[in-house]
Amino acid sequence: MKHTLQQIFRSPRFVFGFSIFMGILLIVLVYPLVITDPPLAIIGQGTFFPPGIYVSVYDSIGSTPYILNLDDAAAKRIAGKLGDEDRLAIKEWLVAVEIPENEIDIADTAKLLDQWVTNYDPAQKISGMTNAKRNYYIRLNKSLEGLLSTEGISIAVKNADTGALEETDIVAPSDYVNINQVPSVRVLPLGTDNFGRDVLTELVAATRVSLQIGFVAGIVATLIGLILGLLAGYVGGVVDDIIMFITNLFTVIPSVVLLILISFSIGQDKRGAFTIAVVIGLTSWYWTTRAVRAQVISLRNRDHVNLSKLSGHSISHIILNDILPYIASYVVMALILQISLGILAEAGLSILGLGPRTTEVPTLGLMMQWAMIYQAQILGKWWAYFPVIVVIALIAFSLNLMNTGLDQIFNPALRD
Amino acid sequence: MKRYQKYFLNKLGWFLVTLVCAFLLNFILPRLMPGDPVAAIVSRLAQGMSNTTGIQAIYQQYADLFGTNKPMLEQFFIYVKNVMQGDFGFSFSQYPRTVADVIKSSIWWTVGLQFPAIIVGWLIGNSLGALSAYLKGSFDRVLMPVSIFVSNLPAFGMAVIMLVIFAVNAKWFPTSGGYGFDLIPSFTWSFVWSVIVHYQLPFWSIVLITIGGQAIGMRSMAIYELNADYVKYARFMGIKDRKIVGYVFRNAMLPQITGLALSIGTMVGGALFAEIIFSYPGLGSTILTAVLGQDYPLISAVSLVITIMVLSASFLIEMVYGILDPRIKAAQAD
Repeated sequence: MKHTLQQIFRSPRFVFGFSIFMGILLIVLVYPLVITDPPLAIIGQGTFFPPGIYVSVYDSIGSTPYILNLDDAAAKRIAGKLGDEDRLAIKEWLVAVEIPENEIDIADTAKLLDQWVTNYDPAQKISGMTNAKRNYYIRLNKSLEGLLSTEGISIAVKNADTGALEETDIVAPSDYVNINQVPSVRVLPLGTDNFGRDVLTELVAATRVSLQIGFVAGIVATLIGLILGLLAGYVGGVVDDIIMFITNLFTVIPSVVLLILISFSIGQDKRGAFTIAVVIGLTSWYWTTRAVRAQVISLRNRDHVNLSKLSGHSISHIILNDILPYIASYVVMALILQISLGILAEAGLSILGLGPRTTEVPTLGLMMQWAMIYQAQILGKWWAYFPVIVVIALIAFSLNLMNTGLDQIFNPALRD
Repeated sequence: MKRYQKYFLNKLGWFLVTLVCAFLLNFILPRLMPGDPVAAIVSRLAQGMSNTTGIQAIYQQYADLFGTNKPMLEQFFIYVKNVMQGDFGFSFSQYPRTVADVIKSSIWWTVGLQFPAIIVGWLIGNSLGALSAYLKGSFDRVLMPVSIFVSNLPAFGMAVIMLVIFAVNAKWFPTSGGYGFDLIPSFTWSFVWSVIVHYQLPFWSIVLITIGGQAIGMRSMAIYELNADYVKYARFMGIKDRKIVGYVFRNAMLPQITGLALSIGTMVGGALFAEIIFSYPGLGSTILTAVLGQDYPLISAVSLVITIMVLSASFLIEMVYGILDPRIKAAQAD
């Protein structure tokens, strides 16, 4: 046993896959201890807030201001406010008033604004320009004037008695707050999803549930596969024929179809994560059965098994002591593959809307489903779907690497 | 051709048996579940549609069609009769279209997309795997990890990534559908072109997914064969390398064909998700709308159609295998 383990951990593939998987497992276990926010709490009002640090505006007004004189602050502020569309519109105007096109650089905010201020004239009529467009330019000019001013912004509070606004504070363009002194700051490294939930926290919780689903599905499938494979291989005869008939049948009938039919029939209310896991396990055991049976058949007539038979050991004793130890490595490999298949199957089912009930637990598939329903991929909200795909791929990748690593050790023909 | 007769008949028998079993499963599975289908349908009808005459018509039709209050055995014969006639009843979610009509309009999109994509992916994947086993070295060291990673991407993940890169960001291809939304199916140049453009992304994402797994399988097969005794013997005999490689890959190819017959169900399953991501008007998207619309007759019929498709494909592949594998000819000759 010790020797086998040493051998396994000398395989670079296995070690690489194992470390990725353990890394994921570690994050899943440690993250909830550090960040205790409930994963399904809806914190954002609105859909798909981009990743970043969210600072309470209200609290930052109350915090001590620090004056920093930064030269590029104004330029940055304007650059941030001036969208690509506005820049193109400015360029259009400048071209219309006959500024050579190669002198206009829409990426250079300072120069562009300079050209705009000197060349824009609200009274000027450009032939072919619609009224709406002209009004757009007037609005644009107004908003730019606001940006260019160096005056502070007044903070006013409504007087409870008179209803009049009373100025309490002025925020100057050079005022800064220290983010550490603002009481309410929320870091959303992956933004929020379509419901306004913190994607990272949800993703960690989802990974955990998906791994559990994978484990349950894998164990169910491997157990069924192992028992049927042992029976078919060792007992043989009619039992073998019947089991192999069923196995071949399930091999050719696409398991997706069975999964869809069963989970649809179970109904939305009864579909918990655990039920889904068991259903996945029940529809994916046949690969294991085939592999185990083939192994058992090759072992069945070995000398040590025959010796055991002659000594009058019972079938269960022979299977436990003389056969199982020899196929243990294959069973472990099958289990690893089944776990990864289980996670993928859950994701697929959920995308179809046949995954676990949505209200209780997040799973990787459910996150994917909602991202697809809200068209995150078309709207460019990458944080809602891309991390999910990466996590699924990483889990499957690490498990498969472990599997091929084991394969190389236990199947010498594959060694390079 | 006579030599193959036994093999073909054997396979044909197996095909028919699996077909019957798939049929039975399709009938029994939903009925085994707690809560009989009629109750489920009635409750779904109550919550779903606004068109009352539609509800009445469907309910009446469904009760007549499936004879749901009759004993199980009788129901089964009614079901068989209906399926033979291609009559699956009305679709709940797309009333007044019939299920047969919905399937008829989507099945050819799926057949036309998936089978070419899987075959192309299989061919490319096997060539790459064989090359990797033969060339070894840096080609192998680059190709293998890439293949392992790609084959572990779920099919929908690959589809989403392709969609975002080539349709949303680069805008080379449309994001969804089987043809331009402003076109009416016809044999005009603009329609055909639109179909071709819409075809590319779903096609290549299925091809890429298929390549990975096949390359890995072919590589280990080819390595195994390259180390076989007959190769060593042939080398000692001084047979040209090129010729040996030909033998090796023919031998390594055969298990891959069997593998394709066995895994085509899984592949089709994955490809259905690629269809969903691209809203391709095939069976995948039909399943999605059926599930979202709680459309039981449609789900049942689509799953049956997919099963029949997969079984027929795997039957065809086994026929090809029978022709290619000389051992079958030899066995029949005895």
